[in-house]
Amino acid sequence: MLHVDNVEASYGPFLALSGATLEVRVGEIVALLGPNGAGKTTLIRCIAGLLRPRAGGIRWDGASLANVAAHRIVERGIAVVPEGRRLFATMTVEEHLDLGAFAPHAHAGRVQRLEEVYTIFPVLRERRGQLVRALSGGQQQMVAIGRALMAAPRLLILDEPSLGLAPRIVESILGVLGEINRRGVSILLVEQNVQAALVLAHRGYILESGRIVGEGTGAALMDDPHVKRAYLGPLALRH
Amino acid sequence: MTIVLQQLVLGVLIGGLYGLAAAGLSLIFGVMKVLNVAHGELIMLGGYGAFWLFALSGLDPFAALVVVIPVALVGGAILYWGLFGWVVRYHEETRIKNSLLIGFGLGLALHAAAVQLWTADERSITTAYAGSVLDVGGVSLPVVRLASLVIAFVLIGGLHLLLNHWRWGRAIRATADDWEAALMTGIDVRRAYLIAFAIGTALAGAAGTLVSVGYSISPSIGLEWTLKALIVVVLAGLGSMLGTFAGGLILGVAEACSAMVFGGPYREVVGLVIFLVVLVARPQGLFAK
Repeated sequence: MLHVDNVEASYGPFLALSGATLEVRVGEIVALLGPNGAGKTTLIRCIAGLLRPRAGGIRWDGASLANVAAHRIVERGIAVVPEGRRLFATMTVEEHLDLGAFAPHAHAGRVQRLEEVYTIFPVLRERRGQLVRALSGGQQQMVAIGRALMAAPRLLILDEPSLGLAPRIVESILGVLGEINRRGVSILLVEQNVQAALVLAHRGYILESGRIVGEGTGAALMDDPHVKRAYLGPLALRH
Repeated sequence: MTIVLQQLVLGVLIGGLYGLAAAGLSLIFGVMKVLNVAHGELIMLGGYGAFWLFALSGLDPFAALVVVIPVALVGGAILYWGLFGWVVRYHEETRIKNSLLIGFGLGLALHAAAVQLWTADERSITTAYAGSVLDVGGVSLPVVRLASLVIAFVLIGGLHLLLNHWRWGRAIRATADDWEAALMTGIDVRRAYLIAFAIGTALAGAAGTLVSVGYSISPSIGLEWTLKALIVVVLAGLGSMLGTFAGGLILGVAEACSAMVFGGPYREVVGLVIFLVVLVARPQGLFAK
């Protein structure tokens, strides 16, 4: 459903992506791994329409996204949970979820979808009237995921959803992603927690210095010597 | 004592208009990160609009709001398409600089056009009830200015409700807070800019109408009103329309106090002092969220 083909992107003179190619198929969970500064967030910004690639193409359902405005990409079924959550400081939990269904296609089924989000994250129902800054980090992450789900996406992209969260919370957030996937949403997951991501994902890609240097099933990547050395082993650099 | 009270009341009455004038500027600045220094000229035009309606067709200035507000709304949309919409594609710092240039240019053009159309004379709308005064324990309340204060409050309260409960109102708040996150939520932020700019201009038109009936207008009042609005925006901070209204009232009362203590010529100085003190001591403003 999503094809990223040889995408190059830069911030001013700095080349952040130099030929990234990946694919997400219907129903998959795909992990995108790599060290800080490898270009993971840049790639997501390209897919979301926030940054235009210098070269290469991004196709969704077979059609190019090159000239599609960012808010229209949401309408087409791609929702992003951005790095750092990017919640709206003056809004309550429910205002976020309501706003998540802003796009016209998402507006119709929003009541039912709100129920679904509250089923997935029961704590958000309890806290629906509170400003998000009163919430814990994990709960804020749930709001960010819930807001994206309210857009009725077919592909959910998450950029470092576990950043800054306690291990126990990370586990439950990643567990929820499995449940969301079983409800029929494909997932592209950028994650620092490589082991957990590879256990969850059907397939994974390794992005280093702006290019994809490895790909395979979760199990295959976990056995890959380079991945073991750089990301999993006892001597792995903690990013 | 009565004299002091009288001055404070007059300060509150003009303060309501400061608040209304600032609300439009604050909305546009908060959402678009664009400073429209021609805001005062838009207020001036709103005043002349009401003046014209009164002079040509005898329409009551308060009733004229029903005409002025929609016309200003459309005028704001046209200004966005023609001028200010071009700068929002730049980075925020570049936006501010470019919007200043556009705003000064627009302000000069509108000032010149107003002089051509209506001459440089001061005007004011004198209705049959213009001189009516309510006497409350020796303090006299000019009816027209009292009505203006109430209308200013109703308009700002209405804007507050719109921003909190209307679909696009929430979208505007989201855009003001984090436009990229708003885009990723599926909000067309350009349209949010357009709506915010149009509403901001409509508020300027309404403020101008109220100025022309309770006070006076001339083609050159623009800069003065832009300055008042700017002081209130800095004083109140961004993000809360009710806070902006309160900021307007504070400025009005502070001016009245300054005039009483230091004499009439020092009325304007206090605003600038407030401006500096707030920038140094609490740069985010008193009521910023």
